[in-house]
Amino acid sequence: MDYNTFMQLLGICVVVCPTVLLAVLGLSSLIGRPLSEQAVVRCMYTATVLGLIAAVAMLILMLATDDTFVEIRIGNWVGIEAEHFHFHVKFIFDRLSIPFVILTYVLCGTIGAFTSRYLHRDSGFNRFCVFFAFFTLGMVLSSLAGTIEMLFLGWELVGLSSALLVAFFQQRLNPVRNGLRVWSVYRIADAAFLIAALTLHHMTGGGDFTGLMGTEAWPEGHATVTSGQALFVGLLLLLSAAGKSALVPFSGWLPRAMEGPTPSSAVFYGALSVHLGAFLLMRVSPLLELSLALRLAVIGLGLVSALYGAITARVQSDVKSALAFASLTQVGIIVVEIGLGLHYIALIHMIGHACLRTLQLLRAPTLLRDYHMLENAIGAHLPHKPTFWERLLPASYRRWFYLIGSERGYLDGLLDELVVNPIGAIFRWCDAMERRWTDFLSGGESRVSDRVAQSNEVVE
Amino acid sequence: MLELQLPWLELAILIPLLGTLALLFVRDPETAWKRMLVICSLVFLCAVGAWLDFSHLHTFEAHDHWDIVSRLLGPDAIVIDELSAPLIPLAALLYLLTVVSTLRTKVRRFPFAWTLVSESILLATLSCRDPWGVIALLALQTVPPYFELRSRGRSSRIFAFHMGLFMLLLAGGWAMLDAHGPKSEHSIWAIGMLISAILIRSGSVPVHCWMTDLFENASFATSLLYVTPMAGAYAAVRLALPVSPDWALQSIAIVSLITGVYAAGMALVQRETRRFFAYLFLSNSSLVLVGLEVATPIGLTGALCVWLSVGMSLAGFGLTLRSLESRTGRMSLKQYHGLYEHMPSMAAFFLLTGLASIGFPGTVGFVGTELLVEGAVGIYPVVGLLVVLTGALNGIAVVHAYFRLFTGTEHRASISLIARWPERVAVLSLTALIIGGGLWPQPGVASRYHAAKEIIARREVTHAN
Repeated sequence: MDYNTFMQLLGICVVVCPTVLLAVLGLSSLIGRPLSEQAVVRCMYTATVLGLIAAVAMLILMLATDDTFVEIRIGNWVGIEAEHFHFHVKFIFDRLSIPFVILTYVLCGTIGAFTSRYLHRDSGFNRFCVFFAFFTLGMVLSSLAGTIEMLFLGWELVGLSSALLVAFFQQRLNPVRNGLRVWSVYRIADAAFLIAALTLHHMTGGGDFTGLMGTEAWPEGHATVTSGQALFVGLLLLLSAAGKSALVPFSGWLPRAMEGPTPSSAVFYGALSVHLGAFLLMRVSPLLELSLALRLAVIGLGLVSALYGAITARVQSDVKSALAFASLTQVGIIVVEIGLGLHYIALIHMIGHACLRTLQLLRAPTLLRDYHMLENAIGAHLPHKPTFWERLLPASYRRWFYLIGSERGYLDGLLDELVVNPIGAIFRWCDAMERRWTDFLSGGESRVSDRVAQSNEVVE
Repeated sequence: MLELQLPWLELAILIPLLGTLALLFVRDPETAWKRMLVICSLVFLCAVGAWLDFSHLHTFEAHDHWDIVSRLLGPDAIVIDELSAPLIPLAALLYLLTVVSTLRTKVRRFPFAWTLVSESILLATLSCRDPWGVIALLALQTVPPYFELRSRGRSSRIFAFHMGLFMLLLAGGWAMLDAHGPKSEHSIWAIGMLISAILIRSGSVPVHCWMTDLFENASFATSLLYVTPMAGAYAAVRLALPVSPDWALQSIAIVSLITGVYAAGMALVQRETRRFFAYLFLSNSSLVLVGLEVATPIGLTGALCVWLSVGMSLAGFGLTLRSLESRTGRMSLKQYHGLYEHMPSMAAFFLLTGLASIGFPGTVGFVGTELLVEGAVGIYPVVGLLVVLTGALNGIAVVHAYFRLFTGTEHRASISLIARWPERVAVLSLTALIIGGGLWPQPGVASRYHAAKEIIARREVTHAN
């Protein structure tokens, strides 16, 4: 077996492992025969370890042979030859995707192991694992995507699993409301992504990153579009990344997402999912180099988000929200680094931050108990020294910042007031007009649905 | 024209009619349901037989073997072509699954005879290419729902008003076109009447209220089976597309696009499941018309793919809602119901079909939506933008409804609400099609591309004459 064939096999193994995991867990649940907890855990371990071994083996071989770019073409998913329309199934292993996919496997494996104890005998264990399998597959596909359509596929899987896991404790109202909020922001971000993807498809005749960013290995590629096109597509992708990474003005969903169980909060909003927007910007970094305005927009958005995260994180009253906003601060800085063209620093920052934040979030449930133990041991509250900013800023400014931080910058309220409520009001008015019209046509009360009872009674 | 191996189409149309006679003398609802199941299965087998047989012929159109009807009514009376080949088995499948998933609680009130009559009319419509035949059959399709509304003691005025107007405009418009003869430039009045009729039947804004009213007042099964085969889109392809000038197609596209966005927004504010479903369906089905009127090979291929995917996924979505209704009665979306713990597989199927209808990646709708937007972007970038916006709003509406119905509270019930085996069969069959079509879309896309090319070629020939 030659080198190329072996690499192809390893590459396919990296992608197939989470796919098989999802197929096994998903289908068994769908037919109403979910696997036992033990079997689910074994499947998760097996898929994660095999995928990780394959990815690490690829990294070692690529380092040993000084190979910086491996492309795996599965073929055309859809093709209309006469119209030159293709959806390639293609995965790329380069200096960006290999570290990110290894990070994905390491963190998903860690979280899988943590979950097997944290949610042991929980009634929603199987459901959690199905959603988690969706997430793992989504992250692997996003990391390795060789075409913008494959990236979109992974992106959507991550979004869906995030929203459903936020609403994991589904018999309570708040998690469900917050899950819908997260999903709504993701849908807007996904719409921007889809438009960007289709525009790129239209400009270059295909969605291949190599066709778009040049055949050089990341980050040396050169985009093949004009500066104006790069600005247009880049702004759409920036909007999409802002939604996914909770950058301003979409930051409001980040603390809401902490309603989910701790393992999913750790892997989604501390480690992987929150970095996916930054990953997207890194993947299309050759586009940024074509437009100064686009780079300035990226840097500006990163700075604002970092500042917002830093102020807000300081006044949160629960540890998971504080960690969420602390994550946002770091993601904002990573975005600034991308905008400045510091690609390797951004990549290293992202990996380090993901690992640290996973550890902190997994540690969060027991932290309070440890604090209490510590305070009991010393017989007093832990001493609090004023920070640098507390000493520097006058009290009135500090109060003002505290208010902004505790209200989370009023971002959710602003989005509600400016976007959600006006749209809702317009359609409710249309609904009322329709009612009058159908009442007029039918010569009486036209809506039987008005009499639908609001109760949980079952027809028995 | 080539012939099929057997008279599949005539059998598929005739069997339900004969079945109606067989059911007339059955008093026991259980027996009637079992016979109905056999009849619908036979019809489905004939429809699939026609499709497979046609696929092996590698031609654009074919007749039944021993074709009697065509000898009497003309060569286009009963014919299968690239457009109708998958639509006929899809329609038969919808009827079969609706019957399969009908629970005992609903069997006594299920209109078996009328359902078989409407199945026969629908299959005849989809097998007919003769313009006057299509018009007559579209008119006949309105009869079973009308009588059901009357028999349930509900107001039929909204339905009758819209469908009456539809038939009047369609027949009037086509009569004027016929009178003009085969000219490339037709009267603006004739074309205007024709496209107005199509817009009414498709439920385009502002003449869409008949659809929400039908869902309000007729049984869920009847409403579902009346709207999901998208007869309006079929009329558009058979009647309007070959003869309409570009301005007419653009008008249909603009109105359909407005309908798509409007209905998506309306789906978000609905407070009851049936109305929510009606708007969701309206929004998705109007995108089919947008693609049809783009009239480029890619856009048209996308529209034909979306036609199949929306028909399949929203039929499944509707059947899930119907299953919920058969257990809890009509459901409000003002409150949370928390049904997940009682019926997890139905919850998963609800989400799967809902997401498939908006073109979620990995499901049957994804490639069709991508092709549709790609085709639209090529001609009118703003159209692509609005189609994506519609998809985003529908996605929010689907998950909103999912959370309202299946989560948010603890549902207490003293009886088991778990999905019964017939419902599981229906759910798993559609799941296999939705996921299978999503993971392996090439055969479907290739078939729809051939159909699109042929439709465009026919349109060009008509205009050249």
